[in-house]
Amino acid sequence: MSTASILDIQDLSVDIPTDSSTLHAVRGISLELNRGETLGIVGESGSGKSMTALALMNLLPPAARRQASCIDFDGSDLTHATERELASKIRGQRIGMIFQEPMTSLNPVYSIGRQLKETMTLHRKVSDSEAEKRAIYLLERVGLPDPASRLKQYPHELSGGQRQRVMIAMALMNEPELLIADEPTTALDVTIQAQILHLLRDLQREFGMSMILITHDLGVVSRAADNIAVMYAGDIVETGKTAEVLENPRHPYTKELLECVPGYRGKSQQRLGAIPGIVPAMTGEISGCAFASRCPRAADVCTTTNPPTKKLHEGRYFVCHEPETEQGEGTAERPVGSERIGKNHSRGAEAILAVEHVSCTFSVRRGLFGKRKPLQALDDVSLTLNKGEVLALVGESGCGKTTLTRTIMGLQAPSTGSVSLNGQRIGNLPPMERARMIQPIFQDPYSSLNPRKTIGEIIAKPLVVHGIGSSHEQHKRVRDMMELVGLPSRVFNSYPDQLSGGQRQRAAIGRALILNPEVVICDEPTSALDVSVQAQILNLLLDLRDELDLTYLFVTHNLSVVQHMADRVAVMYLGEIVECGERDQVMSSPKHPYTHALMDSALSISPGESVPDPGLSGDFPNPMNRPGGCPFHPRCPIAEQQCREEAPGPELIDNTLVQCWKAKTAGSQLKS
Amino acid sequence: MLNYILRRGLMALLVALTVSFGTFALFHFATDPAQTIAGEDAPQEMVDDIREQYGFDRPVSVQYGDWLGSALQGDFGQSYFWKQPVVELIKEHAKVTIVLALSALGVTILIALPLGISAALKPNSWVDRFALSTAVSAQAIPNFWLGLMLIILFSVTFPIFPVSGDATWKHYVLPALVLGASSVPAVMRLTRTGLLDVLSSDYIRTARAKGFVGYRLILQQAMRNALLPIVSVLAVQLGHKLGGSVVTESVFSMNGLGRLAVESIFNSDIPTVQSLILIFVLTFVLLTLAADLINAWLDPRIRMG
Amino acid sequence: MTARNTMNPSELTADESRIDSEEAGLGLSPTMAALKRARSHYGLKIGFGILLVMAVFALFAPWLAPHDPYLQNLPMRMLPPVWVEGGSWEYLLGTDHLGRDYLSRIIYGARISMTIGIGAATIGMIIGVTLGLIAGYFGGWLDQAVNFLVTCQLAVPSLLLIMALVFVIGQSITVVIFVIGATHWVFYLVVTRSATLRLRELDFVAAAQAMGCSKFQIAVKEVLPNLVNQIMVIFTLEVAVAILNEATLSFLGLGIPSPIPSWGLMIAEGKQAMFFQPWLVILPGISLFILVIAINLLGDGVRDVTVTNRRN
Repeated sequence: MSTASILDIQDLSVDIPTDSSTLHAVRGISLELNRGETLGIVGESGSGKSMTALALMNLLPPAARRQASCIDFDGSDLTHATERELASKIRGQRIGMIFQEPMTSLNPVYSIGRQLKETMTLHRKVSDSEAEKRAIYLLERVGLPDPASRLKQYPHELSGGQRQRVMIAMALMNEPELLIADEPTTALDVTIQAQILHLLRDLQREFGMSMILITHDLGVVSRAADNIAVMYAGDIVETGKTAEVLENPRHPYTKELLECVPGYRGKSQQRLGAIPGIVPAMTGEISGCAFASRCPRAADVCTTTNPPTKKLHEGRYFVCHEPETEQGEGTAERPVGSERIGKNHSRGAEAILAVEHVSCTFSVRRGLFGKRKPLQALDDVSLTLNKGEVLALVGESGCGKTTLTRTIMGLQAPSTGSVSLNGQRIGNLPPMERARMIQPIFQDPYSSLNPRKTIGEIIAKPLVVHGIGSSHEQHKRVRDMMELVGLPSRVFNSYPDQLSGGQRQRAAIGRALILNPEVVICDEPTSALDVSVQAQILNLLLDLRDELDLTYLFVTHNLSVVQHMADRVAVMYLGEIVECGERDQVMSSPKHPYTHALMDSALSISPGESVPDPGLSGDFPNPMNRPGGCPFHPRCPIAEQQCREEAPGPELIDNTLVQCWKAKTAGSQLKS
Repeated sequence: MLNYILRRGLMALLVALTVSFGTFALFHFATDPAQTIAGEDAPQEMVDDIREQYGFDRPVSVQYGDWLGSALQGDFGQSYFWKQPVVELIKEHAKVTIVLALSALGVTILIALPLGISAALKPNSWVDRFALSTAVSAQAIPNFWLGLMLIILFSVTFPIFPVSGDATWKHYVLPALVLGASSVPAVMRLTRTGLLDVLSSDYIRTARAKGFVGYRLILQQAMRNALLPIVSVLAVQLGHKLGGSVVTESVFSMNGLGRLAVESIFNSDIPTVQSLILIFVLTFVLLTLAADLINAWLDPRIRMG
Repeated sequence: MTARNTMNPSELTADESRIDSEEAGLGLSPTMAALKRARSHYGLKIGFGILLVMAVFALFAPWLAPHDPYLQNLPMRMLPPVWVEGGSWEYLLGTDHLGRDYLSRIIYGARISMTIGIGAATIGMIIGVTLGLIAGYFGGWLDQAVNFLVTCQLAVPSLLLIMALVFVIGQSITVVIFVIGATHWVFYLVVTRSATLRLRELDFVAAAQAMGCSKFQIAVKEVLPNLVNQIMVIFTLEVAVAILNEATLSFLGLGIPSPIPSWGLMIAEGKQAMFFQPWLVILPGISLFILVIAINLLGDGVRDVTVTNRRN
């Protein structure tokens, strides 16, 4: 262990006994973290990255077993420390931790003040007022306005972003030397994510902390970490300086993973790299390299012997046999990225779907005797969807995306305005006829398929409901559809629980397409999936669009997916479309200050670049208390008197529809 | 908070009114009180006379209004069978039942909470298995039969406690044990799963990451959350113990409200039965209301929501 | 905008098994997986075994009972069981105060208990599941009305009400079944309602709506199949509750009328002679205990093997 390092882990393993066997969540990894630096641990679900974080302070679930030959934290060995020693000397004092779910990570029955202060009074002999002073100072530092009065508030009175700020303040109460952040921004909206990452970076410098940042997001890690470790199936497969690893990856998994990220190569609507197969079962021993079954370069040796750790220079390692089958650093000769999808794809100018001045107001009542309050979910929304195009609908949670898609599908009647499909008002269409024109694909493939039905039954269901064909014909159509969406025919009689997330999403796509709809509403179809699976699904959706001549309304919050998929983009804020136009125009020269902030918050993979500060004040407002005037004005950096008093109407500037009083000048004003 | 109390109070009142009207109507249509008062073999004219005299021929809602009006003034009517005001009957019998129910609640708490808590702290240990098998067995033992077995064991084979009656504290030991045991499975299971849920929650992980461990983790971080469901279930169980006293008091021949109820039913003494049901419902409603208020005090989400 | 592509430690095992099953080609279907778990669940196997034996006795009582359970034989009254001094092989479990064979009465008693348990639990299920589905799926004022009904039902001292009702309507097996069933539907309702509320928000329901299915079709064909396991568990537990309730009623003299051999009634009759011939009380009580514990073991077992995301 060099003197510069604060943490040195050797051979850390975590095993979790299950009913039938033992799950090896982490398989003998070694890590080193230098003082004052940030180490990013990246990996997809099940790679063991969170288990690694929990194992350091032994916060694992009770059943889990931890083994390590050494966990050296600043000279003291944590491997053999007892629960009590860890609690009294290390946890919360020298190592602070932030968790993924801000909504559930704070105790709901105690005030923020109590939870902050007790972290300090538990470990140090300080008076209550001293602890309070520190709490107020830190709340101010993490950017919560009016910190003194916050102390009396309870977690449920704060938004997700605010709670995560409180979590950060709490972790910093005792000025820890090391901060472990386990997916600190995953549950948050993109603009909030950028704010929180920015804050963490600042605080780290200010307090001279070291940090371990655990994330699945390559964009986040590329900007926030000095070093990264890539985890796959419980192993670290590659580690080194962030820029070196991301710009010149040596392990096939790292390379493949980067190819899966939309926008990594900069060009849109091209075939993404997709790693075939799935992560191997982590129960039992893996012989050879865990990635061998999915690796394009795998040779015989990869499946028989454990791959060696190769050192390029100090701190830059990767674990691979590097078989002779394919040499060369680049991936240029592979079809990835070379083939433009949709060569023959034609965008018509005829509107297939028209949303005209749709508003939706719910009245929300709390409890039996509570007062009814109006909630305006949609405010005068107009959109057109042209045949053959992909229109991306972008916005943060609570902006009304779901209400809009439900209204478009005719599952909910608008308060005013109308939706028409091929010139017919959707409210007047019988449900059966409507269903044959427009179909949805949902976000969560674990809830979109009925767990009690087989895949065959699920895909055939629309045919059965509509009484199309004999059962023999239905059967054949389902088989054909399964082939089209890339499902092996053996899963016909399987239940959803037996399928992986990606396969389930393929089944959901098959169900949506079996009625031959013209329009498909894709509601965050990949945001519950891992990057490598997301790539497969995005490729499939673009292929199907061309083959079946489909039109997509693509709802998403992931801007690199928008960049990859969309022809046009519509940006929503608090129930309004604030900007709508051609993708390149909206994304590279946004006119609305909100679009501007949103684009700024998008974290593409660019090592060395810092996390941008989107420059928005405050959090996303509660839709129940809509601000008057322009609804964005309380957060807008360039708002003026007019914005506070009067709501702007839509205005066409350079072929882009914008709702902003200052749209014409906003671009130049915000750039400075 | 005041808003919350008012809403809960109003709800409780509504429930009490609905239930008492429901039972009143049920008895109104299922029985003929005039016939009961007159006797089985009374001539038809006499029955009709009584019907008119007592006002049994009026619509059920009018009769209910009358009955409720006097009940609110403390007049629950006259018992057909004991030929005395129902209020006095209830006053005479209430003390036994209250003492019995409260001591039974004590028995439940003393057995169920320690078992449930230790089971949750060490899931899958021998304590946990013992607690779960206790719950499964206790759930399967018929309450009245347990009473009889205890009498055979502790009053006959080993004469420690008296067989029946309600004169001394000794008379209450076995009945309280029997009545208390009936709530042990429910309370124990709920304590166990409630505490397990809390202990596996994200905020307890946060507390551990802050350095909380051992008794501090349990008492200062987990207990308040785990108490919420326990408070509710204890209120419900105490309410049920009043109803459950019907069986226990019969087995041990104690002169409480439960036994009064059984005898009133046997003697078709509808005013007494009705008043007792109203009393039980009111008590239950008040107990759950109290539990709601305690929980609102414990949990800011309830208090402010 | 939440992305859920991260590993949550508590979900890890479930997630991994999914991956595991895919790699192996195909995992087990839910039913097969439950059956596999059932094979290694001791409580379930024991409960099921006991119930099977008791059910056979109940079903074939006329052929398996050694005597007529109603036949009085006064000279042979109050015989002790065979293992006690004075017992006879003719009457294995002795005779009661009227000289009726106790074993035969206990065998017939199982019939009564099971009939009433299953009958009452079925009635409760029909009421509770229907109301729960309506409240959970349609929501709004219907939900509030049903909720209010539940609060009222919970506030009623149900045993007292059942006793009074049975007394005024008349004592018979049918009346006991209906009255117990009509007062034990809350558990079904609460579980059905909350499960329906949860399921209603899932995307497969939205997908069915988008297909053009009616609300009724969705409630019955999409939501209900997902409730079957939970309803089954509650059904077994409610059978046990109904059996205990009937025994209590009959013990108090307000349930099954004499001379029908109900275990509760037998205990009540035996109580007179309890201090001298305790087996008259002990035997039917033990029968009740074994039957109820077997049902509860079965119910708990079914819950353990069908509800996959249970905590431990």
